[in-house]
Parts: sequence; C-alpha cells; structure tokens
Amino acid sequence: MGLFILRRVMTMLLTAICLTFVVFFLTNLYPNLEKLAKTEGNMRMTDAQVESWLTENGYLQPLPLKYAQWIGVMPGARTLDDDGEETGRCIPPGTDPAEAPRFCGVLQGYWGFSTVFKDPVSEIISTRLGLTAKLMFWVMLLMVPSALLIGVLAGMREGSRTDRTLSTFAISTTATPEYVSGVIFIAMLASSRYGLGPLLNEWGLIAGNAPFKGTATGAMEDATFQNFFLPVLTIALYGMGYIARMTRASMAEVMTAQYIRTARLKGVKFRNIVMKHALRNALIAPFTVIMLQVPWLLNGVVIVETLFNYKGFGWTLVQAASNNDIELLLAVSVVSVFVVLVTQLISDIGYVFLNPRIRIS
Amino acid sequence: MEPLTWFGAYGSSFAPLLLVLVTLAITCGLCAALLAFIDNTPRASFSLFNGIAVLLLLLVGFTYVFNGLAGTEGGAMPLSTLGWMLGALAGLAIFAAMLAWFLDSFFDNPAAFMGILFKWAIYGIAAVAVLWLAVTLLWQGAAHKEWLATFDAADMPSAEEIAEHERISRLQSLGILANVIMRFTPVWIALVVLYGVSIRYKRRLGLYGKLFDSVIGMIGFGLVMFWVFTAFFVGVFDMIATHASLDQATGMKNKLPGTPLMGATPEEFPVYLLGGDNLARDIFSRMVYGSTIVIQIAPLATLFAFMVGITLGLPAGYYSGKLDTALSFLANLILAFPVILLFYLLVTPEIVETGLPQYMATVLFLFPLVFMGVLIQSRFRTQPQKNIFWMALILIPLFLIYAAAINDGGSHSKIRFWPLDFFDIPPGILVVFVAVVFVNSPTVFRIVRGLVMDIQTRDYVAAAQTRGERPWYIMLWEILPNARGPLIVDFCLRIGYTTILLGTLGFFGLGLPPESPDWGTTINEGRKLLSIYPHPALPPAFALLSLVLGLNLLADGLREESLKD
Repeated sequence: MGLFILRRVMTMLLTAICLTFVVFFLTNLYPNLEKLAKTEGNMRMTDAQVESWLTENGYLQPLPLKYAQWIGVMPGARTLDDDGEETGRCIPPGTDPAEAPRFCGVLQGYWGFSTVFKDPVSEIISTRLGLTAKLMFWVMLLMVPSALLIGVLAGMREGSRTDRTLSTFAISTTATPEYVSGVIFIAMLASSRYGLGPLLNEWGLIAGNAPFKGTATGAMEDATFQNFFLPVLTIALYGMGYIARMTRASMAEVMTAQYIRTARLKGVKFRNIVMKHALRNALIAPFTVIMLQVPWLLNGVVIVETLFNYKGFGWTLVQAASNNDIELLLAVSVVSVFVVLVTQLISDIGYVFLNPRIRIS
Repeated sequence: MEPLTWFGAYGSSFAPLLLVLVTLAITCGLCAALLAFIDNTPRASFSLFNGIAVLLLLLVGFTYVFNGLAGTEGGAMPLSTLGWMLGALAGLAIFAAMLAWFLDSFFDNPAAFMGILFKWAIYGIAAVAVLWLAVTLLWQGAAHKEWLATFDAADMPSAEEIAEHERISRLQSLGILANVIMRFTPVWIALVVLYGVSIRYKRRLGLYGKLFDSVIGMIGFGLVMFWVFTAFFVGVFDMIATHASLDQATGMKNKLPGTPLMGATPEEFPVYLLGGDNLARDIFSRMVYGSTIVIQIAPLATLFAFMVGITLGLPAGYYSGKLDTALSFLANLILAFPVILLFYLLVTPEIVETGLPQYMATVLFLFPLVFMGVLIQSRFRTQPQKNIFWMALILIPLFLIYAAAINDGGSHSKIRFWPLDFFDIPPGILVVFVAVVFVNSPTVFRIVRGLVMDIQTRDYVAAAQTRGERPWYIMLWEILPNARGPLIVDFCLRIGYTTILLGTLGFFGLGLPPESPDWGTTINEGRKLLSIYPHPALPPAFALLSLVLGLNLLADGLREESLKD
C-alpha cells in the first residue's frame, strides 16, 4: 500500500511539472506577452516599447530559465529600471534589494504576484478556494444523497416503470449542461418580471419580486437559501444524473446476485432485502464514481461561478486566463491537477477499503 | 398589426376541454400515487413517480407559458388567474386524497384502475393538442374570409390590400406555436418519410433497424434527426428561417415573442416569432441557423477524436508495456487539465496568431490518413495489386483534403505551401474544431485501450495469433470490429458531450466570433439581461438541451438493443 501511494505521488509530481510547463509555455508565447504588456503598461505602446517593457520585467528571458525561476531552483532575475533602482520578481515593491532573497519560487513558498488582482497569488488562491469549498460542500450535500436515492430506487426493480421514469430523469440531467439549466432556473425563479416571482409576491409569500437571487455575489460573505440555492442546484443537477446511473447499474447487478435470491426465497421482506442485504454492496462502485466526479464538478464550478458571479476559484480561473495572468494561472493549474489526482488516489484507496474481496486478498 | 398570441385564434376554444382532461389527469395521477404509497405493490409504484413528474411538468409548463411568455404586450394572463389555477391544484390534491381513501376501502385494486384512467387522460391531452393543431391549420383562412364578406362588390379593396390582409390574418389565427410548427414543415416531411421507410424495412437494417424496437431509442433518434434535418434545410436550401441571422430591425430590441415588425415590406416575414434579442435580431432564425454550426462541427469532431483515440489506443492496449505507459501518461496529463483552462489556453485570438491551432490541426488531421493507411495495408499486405489500388483510391483524396484543410490563404496563416487549396476553414471554426478534438481524444483513447485489453484474451484473437497474423491485422480486423458495440454507443454520447463543449466555448465567448448564431454564443449574449428579458436565452438553451438529450436517449436505446443480441 505504501509503495502504491508513493508511486501515485511521484506520478502526481511529474504530471504537475509537465502540466505547469505546458501552461508556462502557452502563456509565455509572444502574442500573449504582448497583450500582457499592453494591459499592464499602456494600450497604445509601440512594438519597441512593448519589447523594452517585457525585457525590463524579465519576460524575455529563455523559457527554461524563467520556469526554473518560478520553481525556485534558479535565482530570480534582477534588472535596473529607469531610476537606477534594482527590481525583480524576488524584490517586493518597497523593500531593500539587498535584503531580498535570491531564490523565490514555489519551492520557497512564493507563488508570485497576480497582475490582475495586484495581490500575492497565494492569498488570492486561498481565499477563492475557501469560497469554492463552501459551494462544493453544499453541492455534495445536495447531490450525493439524492443521486444515491434515485439510483437505488431505480435499480432495485430493474425495468419497472419507476426505473424507466427515474432513468429518463437521470439522462435528462446529464444532458443539461450547467449553462442551460442555470439560465432556465434564473429565468423562471430569479426573474423579477417573469416566472414564479411576481406571483409569489402577489400572494404575499415573499417580500421581494423573486424567490431566488440571480446572482450569488452576496453568498460569498453570507450564504442564504435565497442567494445560494440556485448555483448549488445547477451544479448538483448535472453531476447527479451520472452518479445515479452508476448507482442504478450497480444496484441492478447486486439485485440479481445469488444471495439476494436466497434471501427472497427465505421470505425476507423486500424492504429488508434492499436495506440490509443489497445496499451496502451496491454502494461500493458509486463511491469511486463520486470521487472521480469531483474534477468534472470543477468544470461546472467555473461555469456556474461565472453565470452567478460568485467570485470563487472558477471565477478566478476565468479572470486569470482571459487576462493572461501567468503566475495566477500556474497556481490555478497546480491546484486543479492536485484536486484531480488526489481524488483519483482517494477513490482507488477507498475502493480497496470498501471492497472486502479486494481487501482480504 | 396586433402581436401574435401563443395559441392563435382557436386556442381558447380548446381550453375548457384541456382543463377537464388536465384536472382528470392530475386527480387520477395523485390518487394513484397515494394509493401506491398506501399499499406498496410493485405494479402500482410507478404511478407515484409519474404522478409527481406530471404535476411538476404541468406546474412548470403553466407558469412558464402563461405567466412568462404569454405576455405579448397586452395578452398576458393575469396573475390572479394563475393563482386560481394553483389554488385549484391544491384543492384537487385534497380531493384526490379523499378519493384515494374512499376507493381503497371499497375496491380491490384501485391503484391500477386509477393508473389506467391517468394514462387515458394523458392520451386525451395529447389528442387535444393534435386536434388544436389540425383545426388551427385547417381554418387559418376563416378570419380573412369573414373580413372579405363585410365588403360589397362595389367597394372591394385592392388586390394588394387583400393579399396583405390575408397574409397577416392567417399568421394571427395560427399563433406563434402553430407558426413555428409550420416553419418546420420540410423537417416534418423528412422525418415522416425517414420513419416510414425505416419502420417498414427495420428487419433488414441491422442494428439501425433494431433501434425502432425501443421507444426511448426512437424518441432520441427523432430529436437528433429533427436537428439534423433542420440544419440541412437551413444550411443547404435556406428554408426554415424567417430572417437572416444578422438582420436587425428598428424597434425590435428585446421585444417579446410574436411582436410584429414595424413597416415590414411585403417580402419580409412580418413577425419576430420568438422575439428579438438585444441587437434586434430574430431569435427564432438565429436559433435555427445555430443548428447548422453545431451539426457541422460536433459529429465530425467526434469522428476525428475517435480516429485519434483508436489509432493510439489499439497499440497501447495490445502491446501494453512502455508504449502504453507513455501514452497513458500523456492522456492523463490532458485529462488532468480543467477543460475550460485548456480552452482558454488554446482558443484565444493571441494563440491563433501564433499559428498553434494550425500546427495542432496538422498533427490531429493526420490520424485519419494513418488510420486508413494502416487499415488497408494490414488487410491487403499479401496482395500488392489490391493494396496499391485501395491505397490510391482512399489516400489520395484524403491527402488532398488534408492538405487543403491545414493550408489557409489568410494573411495570418502560418501554413501556406499548398497550391491546390480548394477551401479555407474559417479560422474560428478551425480553432474550435481542433480544441474539441484535442479534449475528446484522450477519453476515447482510454475507452479503446480498455476494450482492447478485455477483448485480447478472447479465443479468436489467440486463433489469429496462432495463424501468424500480424499485430495490426489482429488489432484492426479482429479486435476493432468486436469492440464496435460499446464504441457506437460511446460515439453517440460523445457527440452530445462535444455539443456541450461547443456550447461551453460559446458561453465563454471563445473561438467563434461574437455575432455567430451558434447556441453557446447566443446563450452567452442572452444571459446578460436574463432576469429582465429571459426570452433571448431560452430558445437556444432548449435547442441545445433537446439535441443533447436526443443523443443520450439514442445511445441508451442503442445500448439496450445491442445488449439483446
């Protein structure tokens, strides 16, 4: 087991290095740097000015060198600016260049400085991740139990009408991407002029004009049912169908097993068969699926956070990517690789622990 | 000219009938659901879910259609009416509960009886819908004739006036829904012909024919073919759309469905059927034009992803070892990227400037050639005559297309060596295409690899190995045909996923130009004013939903039917 985890961690590191290098390469292509220079400096810079700006800020060094600096195995580049002062990525504004450390990279715990938010990357990432964790927590809380319930109900009598109805529902949720369901929800539940809102208001059931809010910006500080339910529901719905289908398949398989038939022939009540005999074995497979679903949810998070203007991790990704904020983007990709690979690891280990057949052999 | 109503001139006459049937359906559904809840017999349990599903659907439908979009200027249903309807629903629920209790104490299997009643009520609702459509279509000219009859022979209006009045009066008596249905006439005809022929000859059509044995599969196939035919008739014959996708009309900004055009010329369609967007363009036409983009890109991109995935996945699964480790690592690397980050890195205008998409196209578009080449070579290796013939027949045209596809005559183009450049792919489309293929291939690779590892242990593979067949022959002509079932199912699912990805790209404004009518871009445009004007974003959203749903149902039907063998 220890060796297995070690191998996994090594793969993870290697993947992270390759991936960040790809991101590094793509964000450091010249047109991207040119755009960065123009947004940071001045929109009307000439080509020569752009080049001098880039040289001054150390963007035009060879790619491997820059990458090594970011990792922290090479000393950070320093240049003299117009006033004769020494500047560089290791020297935060306002400190003495002589006191600044020579190396500053990920290994030293320095993640860089965001050009969009004008804040250290590590700070941005930690606050934004916290917000997204809050969102994901509620998504999981809504998605997992309902998906399992649907899957078990559908799978316990395969081919019945219940199964058909629930399976069709599960298929429809997987066929509804977040930007479609989110748009429909906002139009029907969060619009002050259409949908349910005006009606409920007229009845005096709600104070405002809409039962839910179309934006979740307020939920960042103070999440309420009103401003947080729609984004949570939107993400949960898309993920739900897949997990439900996996649970259904697993449940249906278990229900055909010999020991279930034995229990039936012994005259055990159907309810007891499902609850006591089938359920535990049927939930092994969905567990792995739920863990593997997390990276997919990340996608949904980006869309939903953009749609509902909830300034979490996904929203940061979009901001960083559309403004070519190199260091922030690198940090974002490291975090997402970490999430993807750690969930894979957990799902593998969890599978071993949950499945007695594998555990004992 | 008055704005169009949703159900036209005859809609209101069917309302009482519909009301009766809906009341019946809800009562029976609820009653059956309650009864099923009381005695948990397997036979009855379905009604519980059907009841709930129908109730939800009706609620959503009523609120949506009447309160949300019926509001063509004056014709909105008053809120109090909707309130009454909801109140009535609650009353019905109580009534159903009492009825259930009553039936349960006197009858033998009331749930089944109620279930049947419920089913017939639903059929009745469908019949009313059909009847409404038939009446609306047949008597659409009646109002015009009445109007004509009010004139004496002496003071008849001029021929143009009559023609103009007839046109408008027909439109108005049809209403928005019937008009939309009418616009799709060629699609309906094509669908009827396709289904007629397919069902007639379904026993001779293999797996495709078997599809028509499963209801789910038929529904899914119908939805998919609806959009395929729509894209075909719009793209090739320019039929269904009422306006051009970029036409703007004065005073139509954010106007509600059914709003007439101001000062429309006789050649123009005088109404925006589904309203105008924030740049005063016709939403219906844009939605219809959007289908051509999706239908062009999604299946082809999926096919390319399959070529890449199969060409790499076969040897990886067959040989295992170092090759497999390396390729799997690469695939996992791409899969570890969040898709949206990858899109942002690949599809920005700056990246297009560097020519990266073109280089990627050069690599990715090569895979079909490699695949076909290996396919032919492995089959006809011992028959040089046939080998050369087939190679020439297939590879030369493919190469011409390949070279023309990667070459671009544009000023920013990085690859421009080919004199026979018959066509240029618009840069936006190329970037989107390449990105989508790139994202999809690793998953296909993993699926193919897994299938190969599974099939490799079969006896017929061992037999072929004993015969002394070459590895590539075994992979392509022994293993691949036997993996076709799961691959076909996954192909359908993956087209749906690709459609979602295309929508995602549009939603973030990546790749395609902002005025492009594709669904993702239109949803993105519409979401900005969503809580004030929901109508521009909803039609493309539902279009995308129906296409993806159709593909998923089709895959489900195919899976079910292919498992029956």
